[in-house]
Amino acid sequence: MYPDDRRYTREHEWAKREDGRIRVGITKFAADRLSDVVFIELPKVGAEVRAMEPFGVIESVKAASDLYAPVSGRVVEVNQQLVDSPEMINQDPHGAAWMVVIEPSGDEAWDGLLDAAAYGALVGAEH
Amino acid sequence: MTAPEGLRRTPLHEAHVAAGGRMVPFAGWELPVQYRGIGEEHTAVRTAAGLFDVSHMGEIWVEGPRALDAVQRLITNDAGRLAVGQGLYSPMCLPTGGIVDDVTVFRVADHAYLFVVNAATRAKDVAWIEEHAGGAVVRDASDETALLALQGPRAAAVLEAATGRAFDGLRRFHLIGGVALAGTRVTVSRTGYTGEDGFEIAVVPELAPAVWEALLTAGRPHGLVPAGLGARDTLRLEAAYMLYGNDIDETTSPLEAPLGWTVKLDKAGFIGREALLAQKTAGVGRRLVGFEIADRAIPRQHCAIWADQAPAGEVTSGSFSPTLRRPIGLGYVPAALALPGAALQIEVRDRRVPATVVRLPFYRRPAGSGETR
Repeated sequence: MYPDDRRYTREHEWAKREDGRIRVGITKFAADRLSDVVFIELPKVGAEVRAMEPFGVIESVKAASDLYAPVSGRVVEVNQQLVDSPEMINQDPHGAAWMVVIEPSGDEAWDGLLDAAAYGALVGAEH
Repeated sequence: MTAPEGLRRTPLHEAHVAAGGRMVPFAGWELPVQYRGIGEEHTAVRTAAGLFDVSHMGEIWVEGPRALDAVQRLITNDAGRLAVGQGLYSPMCLPTGGIVDDVTVFRVADHAYLFVVNAATRAKDVAWIEEHAGGAVVRDASDETALLALQGPRAAAVLEAATGRAFDGLRRFHLIGGVALAGTRVTVSRTGYTGEDGFEIAVVPELAPAVWEALLTAGRPHGLVPAGLGARDTLRLEAAYMLYGNDIDETTSPLEAPLGWTVKLDKAGFIGREALLAQKTAGVGRRLVGFEIADRAIPRQHCAIWADQAPAGEVTSGSFSPTLRRPIGLGYVPAALALPGAALQIEVRDRRVPATVVRLPFYRRPAGSGETR
């Protein structure tokens, strides 16, 4: 159910390697739990982010949730379409609703991320 | 029935789980925060109808020849004018004027009054009511009573379909017993916490699932959906109904909250009267206001309120308003700022966003949608 072309954080972000850069979003598991998303706050292009520190916020009707960067680096792309239409997050969380692309500053954080099987087991356990 | 964490379950627990309810802890109970989604359930209540399980709420009887005296001592509103079958909303206050709880009180028979109280304060309320009963008989019937709330412009049509009788004669804040529904008898009041027309339906716990199912079945053609605590909170916030523990508590008075209309200072001898009279005479220093935010930031409980670069108070309730499509909130501010149009700043995640004080309620249902006050 979770694509194995990418890796995952325990905080429910996915990270997909594309020519050395990392595209980041949140998983379907997280999106399903965050129904009624109203706003998504993302960093600006050029912002520095640090692995497992918040880089943005998702506001649902009920609560605000931090978004955690899977790796450290510099933000090189931001999905403005998602910011303008946050409801996309529930429609295509693993695709069109990506959030940022990060130019990583190193490889160490990537190695600590979960593969699809490990992430599936993690959220299976949370069900 | 008890959940693993020691949380209590209502008789409808299985029905919630079967309907896909996401169960969360609330005031010592396990209740559904949502089924399909807060926004969807909210909109259903504003445009059609929603069915809520509010069995966690407490029901306390005050009975006997001294019942009215006790009720009058306990509440700030005036129960002396209630006909049998009529109810009212009121705070119960401490001698300081702080609020013990906000309750609905019905005069069910000549000498029998029913208090419907908040779940989180039930034990405290029972003790408080017993302490001040003055010879009236106090009985906590919460465990023998399940309570459903059927709310929305189509609520009356749904209830008529389920019972085969009309409710045109049941006015707002009135109650009627012995209504046949799903093979049992239920008590129906025209009350609610959503800002829409609606009913609250009391039934013995064993038969609550049958009543729940009968209402959902009768309501399906009318667009009725089960609705959870999430929608209940956004609906009541738009209607500017106070949430005990957030907007009002033992440190706030009804005159600071927008509940002055429930304080009958010309009524003798109620608990808190002297303090509230003194407050009224001197003027309150702070008031609860409603505000809207034009920015993309949602105020939450305990966010700081600023005015002219100075701390001005704290948010007591806040959310995105599904009806108005913008962030709204409530909070106490100095009385001088409690005017529609006043400029505030709300601190949302280390950022101060501009907010404007607005008149309450945020949402008022369109004229002609169901019974009116």
